[in-house]
Amino acid sequence: MSDDDLQSSPPDPTRRKFLLTTGTSVAASLAAAYVPALANSAAGESGSASAGAELNVEGAVPITLRINGKDHQLRIDPRTTLLDCIRETVALTGTKKGCDHGQCGACTVHVNGKRVLSCLNLALMHDGNEITTIEGLGTPEAMHPMQAAFLACDGYQCGYCTSGQIMSAVALLKEPCGPDDAAVKELMSGNICRCGAYANIVEAIQQVRKRA
Amino acid sequence: MHTFEFIRPTDSAAAIATAAQSKTAQQGADVRFMGGGTTLIDLMKLNVETPTRVLDINRLPLDKIEVMPDGGMKIGATARNSDLAYHTKVQRDYSVLSQAILQGASAQIRNMATVAGNLLQRTRCVYFRDTAMPCNKREPGTGCPAITGHNRTLAILGTSEHCIATNPSDMCIALAALEVTIHIQGPKGTRAVAFGDFHVLPSNRPERETVLEPGDLITHVTLPPPISGSKQFYLKLRDRASYEFALASAAVVLTISSSKITRARIALGGVGTKPWRSPEAEAALTGEPANDATFRQAAEAALRGAKPQSENRFKIELAKRCLTHALRLAAAS
Repeated sequence: MSDDDLQSSPPDPTRRKFLLTTGTSVAASLAAAYVPALANSAAGESGSASAGAELNVEGAVPITLRINGKDHQLRIDPRTTLLDCIRETVALTGTKKGCDHGQCGACTVHVNGKRVLSCLNLALMHDGNEITTIEGLGTPEAMHPMQAAFLACDGYQCGYCTSGQIMSAVALLKEPCGPDDAAVKELMSGNICRCGAYANIVEAIQQVRKRA
Repeated sequence: MHTFEFIRPTDSAAAIATAAQSKTAQQGADVRFMGGGTTLIDLMKLNVETPTRVLDINRLPLDKIEVMPDGGMKIGATARNSDLAYHTKVQRDYSVLSQAILQGASAQIRNMATVAGNLLQRTRCVYFRDTAMPCNKREPGTGCPAITGHNRTLAILGTSEHCIATNPSDMCIALAALEVTIHIQGPKGTRAVAFGDFHVLPSNRPERETVLEPGDLITHVTLPPPISGSKQFYLKLRDRASYEFALASAAVVLTISSSKITRARIALGGVGTKPWRSPEAEAALTGEPANDATFRQAAEAALRGAKPQSENRFKIELAKRCLTHALRLAAAS
């Protein structure tokens, strides 16, 4: 990489572009192989285009999951959590797996408009429910105000907890929450940030609440 | 996680008939009702719970929160904790319940967790949750390594030589103080169980935590009519300010007339092997002036039978101060 590259600010600072353009050759080639496959699956025209639909695993049962306004007809092992189904079967990887035991909040999604932990739910429990993930909130071109506020306030460092934080924060807007920072912190306590970006996360949330 | 058959019963009768085939309704049950899943799925991932059939009761009509003609309330088994805590009548007439729920878990978990599930919440004892370790509650007869091991967060009231696991619920502590009734539909019909009779002490059978038998489905909980003018408070002390289980907590429902306590209902959390109602504290308060000396006497009475372990002696004084301060705050409210 040349000094010029380092000094020019990236025009579109997305994580994927960063990986694809500035990573080592190995990392870049891996990311290049991985990202388009996911993109195809997530953006497929047919709702049943997901990988799980093609597999005929013993004991798998059919389910229709409505995620971000789109129906996905799947066959899944009954043990599949909503989190694993979203990430591995439907290949929407914005939702993160942190602890997988309901202790960190990284897997937060909305079910029928309310925030829940997708790691402590079976996918089969959600036949017919309206599920929203971070991918359903906004796009890089048209971000949800909360996504824009997290970006503006630097509400993250490593970014792993961020989608869960944002899903929680968006749900909080519709919950009974006092006006002060302490009330926000209390209602956000289920989302752990190991980098400790809490102050900026609270600032982002308060910015959106004050504008609303 | 072990494999299981996922069943969505069409009505309560079908759910009960299937669950009645389980060899037990306690630890080791091969058929489990699934509510919010916040405890059960966690324990299934750890292979602590290994049901072969899981009955999803979330589509049964058990989620209503209703006001009864007598002024009390009827809370459906699958009503979510957040819906209950934010209900305007609960916040007004049963504020101790609203406070207790909102100090438990996180906003996400409260949106998932059900009332019946919370009645059946399992201990956080690390030995119970680790299948590599012995545990009398999980595998009867294997021993209790907590008694000689890590027991800082475990119980000091209601323990036995076989088990010292703490009941972790906040909601249940408020329900104990509010003297609610639990309604059960089973293979032999319906029955109502007073809250105080629902959980059982570990004694020599710690795998048994409640009076539930195979097929028993909790359908709802009833709250008695509110005590007019009662002062209520839930105080929870813990290692973190939020999203943490109680080291000690106190639910207080007081009626005070001319500076004298005429009625007291007291329950403690974080210290008992079951939600810990304290008739000793209630007796020490009733008829006495509402002041710090009375409150401290009640706290002394509540903890008189406490039996500390190697790491949790601090809980005795902590629980006393917790109850004393909860009484002070309730009286001042």
